[in-house]
Amino acid sequence: MIFSFEFRVLSCELRTRNSEPRRSTWRLFSIRSLVAVVFVLSTLHAPRSTLAVSLAPPEQFEAFDMPGDGGGSIGLSWQAAPFDGPTVRYQVYMADQAQGPFTRLAEFPADTHYKSDVDRPWWSWDRSRTHHFYQVKSTPDRRLESGRSYFFKVAVTDGMQTSEGSMQSAVPTPNLFNLAKVNNFLLMLLFSALVLFTIAQAKRHPAIFLRRIPGLDAVEEAIGRATEMGRPILYLTGSDDMSSLSTIAATVILGQVAKKTAAYDTQLQVPHRDPIVMAICQEIVKESYLEAGRPDAYRDDSNFFITNDQFSYTAAVNGIMLREKPAANFFMGFYYAEALLLAETGAGTGAIQIAGTDADLQLPFFITTCDYTLIGEELYAASAYLSREPILVGTLRGQDLGKAFLLLSMVIGTVLATIGGLVGTQAFVPLLQLFRDFK
Amino acid sequence: MILFLRRTFPLILTFLFGVAGALQYYIPHPVSEAALTEVSVWLRIILGFAMILGIASLCHVHYAKIRTRVAGWGYSLVVYLSMMITVVVGVWSRGQEEGTGFGWIYTYALLALQGTMFAMLGFFVASAAFRAFRARSKEAAVLLVAAILMMFGRVPLGEYLIPMAGPVAGWLLSVVNTAARRGILIGISLGGIAMSVKIIFGIERSYLGGRD
Repeated sequence: MIFSFEFRVLSCELRTRNSEPRRSTWRLFSIRSLVAVVFVLSTLHAPRSTLAVSLAPPEQFEAFDMPGDGGGSIGLSWQAAPFDGPTVRYQVYMADQAQGPFTRLAEFPADTHYKSDVDRPWWSWDRSRTHHFYQVKSTPDRRLESGRSYFFKVAVTDGMQTSEGSMQSAVPTPNLFNLAKVNNFLLMLLFSALVLFTIAQAKRHPAIFLRRIPGLDAVEEAIGRATEMGRPILYLTGSDDMSSLSTIAATVILGQVAKKTAAYDTQLQVPHRDPIVMAICQEIVKESYLEAGRPDAYRDDSNFFITNDQFSYTAAVNGIMLREKPAANFFMGFYYAEALLLAETGAGTGAIQIAGTDADLQLPFFITTCDYTLIGEELYAASAYLSREPILVGTLRGQDLGKAFLLLSMVIGTVLATIGGLVGTQAFVPLLQLFRDFK
Repeated sequence: MILFLRRTFPLILTFLFGVAGALQYYIPHPVSEAALTEVSVWLRIILGFAMILGIASLCHVHYAKIRTRVAGWGYSLVVYLSMMITVVVGVWSRGQEEGTGFGWIYTYALLALQGTMFAMLGFFVASAAFRAFRARSKEAAVLLVAAILMMFGRVPLGEYLIPMAGPVAGWLLSVVNTAARRGILIGISLGGIAMSVKIIFGIERSYLGGRD
């Protein structure tokens, strides 16, 4: 259905009483010309909506399942028209059946909602500005069910005339892979392959240089000090559960520390917040004592559970520090607000303190209050550093190569983004998008 | 068979769940989301059973302290009494908090104690800052200057006295601090991936309890 209005320009003739036919004809011609010129000039400066342009229905209208989602979303696209402007508006309609009834979902100015506005990478999305785009999503009021057909129409209006396009249908379907994340996936595969390659290299060439990590060198010193003073060693595995990488790293380091405490016959105390971590640490410490040839020195209650409540745990550990005055405190793993409460109390007792965490917000507190701090990745490197096993050390080489690659990418990316911003070109966007994380 | 159950089977499980967990990030299908939710439910169930181990450990440690009358054994008695009272009142209140003794214990004992511990953080920050800001080395001196600028820039009176302190503090936060944090985070991320690869492929297995 097309609504249209037409403006008719009526010509007018001015007749004079003058009887001279040639002169009156010339006068009539000149007045007509003047009227025509005025009309043309007025149309040139008039707003577009007042033009007598008939609005064509949206062309190349498509409804499609949105790629890379879990279903429940439909994309609509149609070609941008020459008459698109702020005074012309598009209206999006949707129905559950082809016969209708159609309900209006949205209305927006015709110079907005382009495909290029969508934050998706070039390899999974046509980022052209030649097509409009509107995404229909599930809302609490309007739920789009996967596997069911929905019908859509788009109309264009300037307030006086409205032109409606053809109807299209689409079925929202859940996808098995989000193509927008393919760069992330490939980088992960590349880095994993690099780590495995460096491990294989390390097996062939075991002599790999490792830079000194003072915090890990001090482990031996701290245990020795505790032995000399006849005081226990306090080891904390952090506040996270076993699914956290930093907790796993903390338990791995605990194994190395336990071997040394077994060798020195020093008491080890490991209070826990998580019973699963406690059970695993019990097993690790037991094995370490066995490996050190001191199964008799192992005490089952060296690992004990306190509570999973943050500040109750902190209060209990602070109490242990103040009453038993351990000679060395180890804070490994992930910590929250309790980091400073623990480390500052430990510092007050005069214990040698070694912290290792990937909680970047707590790092300043540990650096301030501890003698040595393993920053971020050094926590993960600790097991390789302490054990010196070539396979584990090989992973550190892989990490360094990965860092070098990322550093180079960042420098190049920063330069290209700056040039792009200064020159005002989008030429580098495809390259820069390779390193962006898309959802 | 015992070796298989103690070593090989956990490594197979680690590999399967590790790979599935990594792939889950790239699969938007509802089945993938449902699997993740299901696994987190399993984790909660396992944690529920593991809590029995935790409580047993707690009771054992404090019982030993009371029995041997070690220094501070009275605190262990407090632990036992508090636990017993909370359990009894909780059962009596049928686990309901609203208008019950159980809710009263939570609001007027536990929350108050937690608040006290958290409030102490302010004093601990002051004492840690005092120690850190003693300009004994070049690094400590830089830290001291940066901290003074930050304090002046973040306190209205400070910015009134030194108008430049605000922009300088903002620059320190958004440029210097952010750059350092991002550097650390990149290292953490790469270290995390390397650690994950080691665990998934069974290269790092000491968390299973020593090496075989």
